[in-house]
Amino acid sequence: METLPTIWFVLIAVLWTGYLFLEGFDLGVGMLMKLFARNNTERRVLLNTVGPVWDGNEVWLITAGGAMFAAFPLWYASLFSALYIPLVFVLLGLIFRAVAFEYRGKVNTEQWRNRWDWAIALGSFVSAFGIGAALALTTTGLPLNANGDRVGGPFAWFSWYAVLGGFAVVGFSLVHAAAFLALKTDGDIRDRAQRLVIRWLPVGLLPLVVWVVLVTNRHGHLLSWLLVAVAAAAAVAAWRLARRGREGWSFLGLGVFLLTGSAALFGSVFPVVLPSTLNHDWDLTVSNASSSSYTLGLMSIVACVGIPLVLAYQGWTYWVFRKRVSSSHLPPTHDVVPAVGRA
Amino acid sequence: MEALDIARWQFGITTVYHFLMVPLTIGLGLLVALLQTQWHRTGKEEYLRMTKFWGKLFLINFIMGVATGLVQEFQFGMAWSEYSRFVGDVFGAPLAMESLLAFFIESTFLGLWIFGWKKLPARIHLACLWTAVLGSVVSAYFILVANSWMQHPVGVEMVNGRPRMVDAWAVFTNNTALVAFPHTLTGAVAVAGGFLLGISWYHLWRRRRDGIDTVDEQGRVLVGESATIPGRDKTDHAVWLRSLRIGAVVAMIAFAGTAITGDMQGKLMFEQQPMKMAAAEAACHDGTSFSVLSIGDPGSKNCSDVTAVIEIPGILSFLAHNDFTTDIKGVNTLVPEYQQKYGKTLPDNPIYGDRAGQEIQYVPVMAVTYWGFRMMIGFGGLAALAALVALVLVRKGTVPESKWLMRLAVFGILAPFGANAAGWIFTEMGRQPFVVAPNPQFTGIDPVFMFTAAAVSPGVSAGELIFSLVTLGSVYAVLLVVEVKLLFRYVRGGVVAAMPELAHGAQCKKGDDGDNDGGASGGGTGDTDDLLAFAY
Ligand code: HDD
Ligand code: HEM
Ligand code: HEM
Repeated sequence: METLPTIWFVLIAVLWTGYLFLEGFDLGVGMLMKLFARNNTERRVLLNTVGPVWDGNEVWLITAGGAMFAAFPLWYASLFSALYIPLVFVLLGLIFRAVAFEYRGKVNTEQWRNRWDWAIALGSFVSAFGIGAALALTTTGLPLNANGDRVGGPFAWFSWYAVLGGFAVVGFSLVHAAAFLALKTDGDIRDRAQRLVIRWLPVGLLPLVVWVVLVTNRHGHLLSWLLVAVAAAAAVAAWRLARRGREGWSFLGLGVFLLTGSAALFGSVFPVVLPSTLNHDWDLTVSNASSSSYTLGLMSIVACVGIPLVLAYQGWTYWVFRKRVSSSHLPPTHDVVPAVGRA
Repeated sequence: MEALDIARWQFGITTVYHFLMVPLTIGLGLLVALLQTQWHRTGKEEYLRMTKFWGKLFLINFIMGVATGLVQEFQFGMAWSEYSRFVGDVFGAPLAMESLLAFFIESTFLGLWIFGWKKLPARIHLACLWTAVLGSVVSAYFILVANSWMQHPVGVEMVNGRPRMVDAWAVFTNNTALVAFPHTLTGAVAVAGGFLLGISWYHLWRRRRDGIDTVDEQGRVLVGESATIPGRDKTDHAVWLRSLRIGAVVAMIAFAGTAITGDMQGKLMFEQQPMKMAAAEAACHDGTSFSVLSIGDPGSKNCSDVTAVIEIPGILSFLAHNDFTTDIKGVNTLVPEYQQKYGKTLPDNPIYGDRAGQEIQYVPVMAVTYWGFRMMIGFGGLAALAALVALVLVRKGTVPESKWLMRLAVFGILAPFGANAAGWIFTEMGRQPFVVAPNPQFTGIDPVFMFTAAAVSPGVSAGELIFSLVTLGSVYAVLLVVEVKLLFRYVRGGVVAAMPELAHGAQCKKGDDGDNDGGASGGGTGDTDDLLAFAY
């Protein structure tokens, strides 16, 4: 087994996990804009908990994509072209969400805000679901031919795993977001978010657990089962900590759950990166889908410098904005009145 | 239409659209950072207002750049999987570096800047903006390295029919990238210059029309104040006049920059992609003349359909070689050369599908290259000229009363955008029929090139591509309308729109502007400290 491609497989797993961890809660907060917040003030509180960081979180996705392109071009090409239609929806969701974050507060009318609230909530839901589906299919396989191209038409990718993966990421994001809100807000919202975690955590995490167990069961090494056990323990711990009001620890527990669950997933399929459901000789693997060792070496140097740097300054951002947000911190909304041509 | 054509339309549309936002992000970001620096240094109120006002417009635009950039990143894999497989070893690296070393910086530090007013010490707050701007410049560099490799593939060797990177230094110091980078940056700055100029003109004009500013016999401005409308005071006049002058000067300098770097690009292109330059001139025969006007059947790729109407002898040679006498190869000479090197027909390879065996059309659509080249230079030159005239017209401190001049100034904002779009369309379509253009000086084992016809995803159907073209296209159209409307709204709102505290006047908490070093004196602002200076 070659070392460099393996390292890069691990790095890409890390990037995806980092993405799910970070954007997980802002996707969830987006969905909660419609499911949880009761009025405009609450929605603004929700938005401002993720305001300074959501764009930085999203770059984890772009980097995961870019790193796949650089390190495993065949994986990137096959996966993205096979999942053409779902990815279009992911893109549309992300576009609307991004624009809505910025534009929602720019016009002071109920109708305007309401439209963008829907854009945020639906955009978050659709992109979370689509990304979950795509990741699930990465672990369970796609109908690819010898060249790595999808056969069977635009919807040949469909399988119940896609649905399961979609719900897994949506469910996790919702729970994660509730835990995040309990940690980042104050007053009534905080209490309600706390209760949301306690009530919905088991349901929310279930699809992800099922997905991990199914994949592990298929390819399972002993190590992956060990990771599954840790993940399960972390989920239970997160739940119990939430009940005891330990918001920070409970949030962390969810992080450990995600990390070990995702490690179990990626670890189980390794060294295959994208199985072909038609013929296992056509599986894309760490060795046959990767770039040359020259490119991987170069990228390794860049990653060694880049990733710690990113972690450092993103960590700093979270530190700067560590305070809880509550409705009393919000400046009043104001109208944008034309300054010109008024007598 | 077959999949290939739809994929090309889609890529062209989404990329040109992305590049409407990009130059404004880069250029305006730079100017806002400079303005905030000025405020930090002088403490003058007008610089704070300029920072806030232009910063607001910057953010409205920035987000659209982010939203459309995502599509770009995914698109290579989705619609151009064969391309991604072919070039992945070398092309993916700059793309990944762009995310890791630039986008992270850009988005994180911009978040800190937006939400960090009052939270961060003034110096650090300013540094955050500069860091974000630096991020956008670095991102431009990496993406241009990637694009330049398609124009001029260097630093690779062919292994099993695919280019493999062997010399990263060559890839990242590709001379094509090193000249495209300053050219694109100066082009971006030109956009921001025109933007400042046009909008400030409008505001100065409105101040005159609303009777706030008047003009004495010598034509000098008498600055006034509106008693009723918040924010339309004397400082407001300074905001617009200074913005206008900065915009005009910046636009002129930027145009000079594009001309110098563009000339360098031209010289490289004659060596690297002679066909593109011949097509840019619609030059059939070898010669030295630069065409000022050629006419012909617009869609034609056939040389005999083009007639040169006005030509200046010698200039073409100058563009290519710095002298006036060297003959530049025309299309008629180049076609047989290309055919001999790269074949007459598309090879009998399954990736070409039905197109295998078709004759290769080495001449790009000449109407596009010819007019694209001229529109780029023309729109840029026009904007620079207009900026010069504007500087002269406002020398006495305000703009003329003419409504038409005002309209022209506002409309003129579009010119540098047009120049940028034209430049890219020229560059990209002039490269056809190659997606990776062959490098004539290639010294390795095999020439590296790829026909566009081979790049599209084989597994993706025309229907899927139409679906994405229609959905993305209509979403883009709607969002463009929304963005432009919002921009108009905030422009009309003037500085108060970006600084609501101006409207509340003195009764508002005092600490509000006090987030510079000097303002920290008032100690007892415990409760207002908690109020977010910026919130969604
Ligand atoms: C010369 C500059 C330039 C060019 C040619 C391109 N871009 Fe771009 N791009 C930028 C300059 C830029 C920028 C100025 O850095 C943006 C605009 C807004 C922003 O956030 O960064 C950006 C945003 C942006 C984003 C979102 C970043 C974020 O979330 O912060 C992505 C994923 C891409 N781009 C990807 C691409 C790809 C794959 C391109 C090629 C086809 C491309 N861009 C052309
Ligand atoms: C933002 C600036 C850019 C603009 C405005 C632009 C414009 C275009 C246009 C108009 C086309 C269609 C050409 C045709 O169909 O004949 C195209 C194609 C293409 N461009 Fe660019 N481009 C830009 C940047 C880039 C960059 C930075 C890359 C690579 C990193 C790139 C890669 C491609 C590819 C892969 C195609 C598809 C193949 C083709 O049709 O030529 N472009 N671009
Ligand atoms: C006298 C002025 C100019 C000259 C001689 C010039 C020359 C060129 C040339 C030769 C190219 C093609 C490079 C290639 O295909 O490899 C190019 C591309 C381009 N030009 Fe210009 N240009 C000029 C002015 C402008 C202006 C005013 C703008 C925008 C405000 C602009 C924006 C662009 C852009 C965005 C591209 C595509 C990206 C690139 O290849 O750098 N240019 N220019």
